[in-house]
Amino acid sequence: MHPQNISQGLGELVDPLKFNHPLNLCGLTREKTFSLLKNMLTIRIIEEKISHLIVRGVVKTPCHLGTGQEAIAVGISENLTKHDYAFGTHRSHSHYLAMGGGVYELIAEVLGKKEGASKGMGGSMHLYGGEVGFMGSVPIVGATIPIAVGAAMAAKMDNNQAIAVCFFGDGAAEEGVLHESLNLASAYNLPVLFVCENNLYSSHLDINLRQPCDRVARFAQAHCIEAVTIDGNDVVGVRDASLNLIKKMRSECRPGFIEAVTYRWCGHVGPDENIDVGVRRSKSELDAWKQRDPIKRLRQAMMLEESLTESSYLQLVDNINGMVDEAIIKAEKAPYPKNEALYDLVYEA
Amino acid sequence: MKEHFLKNQTYGQAIRSGFEYLLENHKNVFAFGQGLWSPWYVGNSMTELEKQFGKERVIDSPVSELACTGAAIGASLCGYRPIVIHPRMDFMLLAMDQIINQAAKWRSMLGGQVSPAVTIRGIINRGGEQGAQHSQSLHSLFAHIPGLRVVMPSTVQDARDLLISSVLCDDPVVYIDDRWLYEREETLFFYDEHAIKTLSHQGPVLRREGTDITLVGAGFSAYQCELIAEELIKNHILSDVIDLRVINPLDVNLVQKSVKKTGRLCVIDGSWKNCGLAGEVISAVLEKIPLHHLKNNPLRITLPEAPAPCSRALEQNYYSDVKKMTLKIREKMGNVHAVTPV
Ligand SMILES: Cc1ncc(C[n+]2csc(CCOP(=O)(O)OP(=O)(O)O)c2C)c(N)n1
Repeated sequence: MHPQNISQGLGELVDPLKFNHPLNLCGLTREKTFSLLKNMLTIRIIEEKISHLIVRGVVKTPCHLGTGQEAIAVGISENLTKHDYAFGTHRSHSHYLAMGGGVYELIAEVLGKKEGASKGMGGSMHLYGGEVGFMGSVPIVGATIPIAVGAAMAAKMDNNQAIAVCFFGDGAAEEGVLHESLNLASAYNLPVLFVCENNLYSSHLDINLRQPCDRVARFAQAHCIEAVTIDGNDVVGVRDASLNLIKKMRSECRPGFIEAVTYRWCGHVGPDENIDVGVRRSKSELDAWKQRDPIKRLRQAMMLEESLTESSYLQLVDNINGMVDEAIIKAEKAPYPKNEALYDLVYEA
Repeated sequence: MKEHFLKNQTYGQAIRSGFEYLLENHKNVFAFGQGLWSPWYVGNSMTELEKQFGKERVIDSPVSELACTGAAIGASLCGYRPIVIHPRMDFMLLAMDQIINQAAKWRSMLGGQVSPAVTIRGIINRGGEQGAQHSQSLHSLFAHIPGLRVVMPSTVQDARDLLISSVLCDDPVVYIDDRWLYEREETLFFYDEHAIKTLSHQGPVLRREGTDITLVGAGFSAYQCELIAEELIKNHILSDVIDLRVINPLDVNLVQKSVKKTGRLCVIDGSWKNCGLAGEVISAVLEKIPLHHLKNNPLRITLPEAPAPCSRALEQNYYSDVKKMTLKIREKMGNVHAVTPV
């Protein structure tokens, strides 16, 4: 993106009838594309199965599903190491899993079990995977943005080229804290990557009813932070854009901003489609976005290139299904936290 | 002949009637906040008001608690009576500067010459495994602040009438309603603005009269007090139930009078103990009444001193229920003998 375009709207990036072709694989190896596919599919399948658990009444904690948005977390985490720090939001299953968080731990957490990612204390909206650099996700909109800036301060003091990443939605750009955080990061040259998953909605409200311009990256420009706005449903594109930006961030110790345009297939919370919220979101728009599916576009490209066959794809789906089902069975049987946890976890022991 | 009441109105509907009354009768009222055009965000408490009164007066907002609250204060200084809606009290924390440093202070700090006549509605929305940041009852925090009137309706009638009184009051008011009350059903009498006392004259009321114990609460806890009183009757224990309604400024006269009579005080509060409403009520009573009136140590029933857990196993125990609270009262209040068995 040319910087001068940044204050203009997203233009055709929000058109679901565009960008729905098979991806340009940019010469990536079969191994690489296969792993991108596998990671996205794993997130997709887990969330689908969580949906079923919600419908069955087994899962009650509010779950904000990121179905349709998988490419962003997967593409960006490709360029992160376990020394980097990542922070999420209320909609962070994808971030947690892409960073390498455990499938079983996620499901156990959603079920409120002791072996869950946050020991059953947090549920879907509060995830932790410190071992893989996933430092926490919380549902207060915008809350992790300054916290990621602080992690970047720590990384800078450590002087080890690590970076911090915070994922947030377009809604978070309406909270003042984003602006304070961008300013800090820029003024102090902190290696924090701001990743805005612009899915055009905050809860029931279309971005056009909330902001004068649908391009969130305009705020980065105002704070002299290098920003790119990209198709968030192109995992190869996300990977490439973040590869370049992160490389510069590490070597020059400075912030960066990626705005990835995407769409959530489900409603704000739970598996419902929310096509009843009376704004732009309609069945036909949703169906069009489903054609811009990041997984389908990668799969098609791999098939065209003959690095994937129908049967190897189905085999992959089968394997993931089996693995997730096993985790669900185990998690359903797992124990709940003991009541003492309520008190024991409040302060240091 | 036209009836003067509506039967079987819920608390949620009553809040909506309050908005309807205000928007219809006071052209300077507008509602502003997140989720106002959404079919689910604020339960059934504002359903389709934007269709009735237009999107210029029922305004759904960006995710900007701080700016929206500040803007409402600004409009209130210029002749309007805005109601800012925070669909959860937890989100209101982002607007603390505007509520506490600004709204609460401007009148006195600027020599009594300005009136931030804003109503800030915060909804308590807990349970359902929502976890620590989507569960809090933060009324005591606001009640700590001079300059903020804080109201907590517990009945259907109050849900509407206290909203109207709050908005018509020239001071900033924090109006706190509770999703756990939305299905409470009662008869709702028609509103007569001239017959109703202004907010500064509103205070605690006795919901039920007894002789053995004084039960005190606000909002949902006041409702629980009524239910506990019904349980205690089964053991021939008769309760005075006091619904505080307005927790800042706090008028404890009624509670003091009642405790002098019953000799026993239990305060229920759906929030934490330390520096909270329950402790405030108890100390205000103890400061004033001769201690020989007391037959037992006062009791407060509050939340465990921990953030709300998500896991259903822990959440079940985190929120007490009427049965458990009744047991606790009987346990702690010693041998309450029945004066008049029923
Ligand atoms: C401070 C705060 N305000 C409001 C909310 C309610 N809320 C939860 S998620 C959400 C939408 C946020 O939209 P966006 O940041 O675009 O993320 P998306 O849900 O689209 O992933 C809102 C308003 C909240 N959780 N925290």
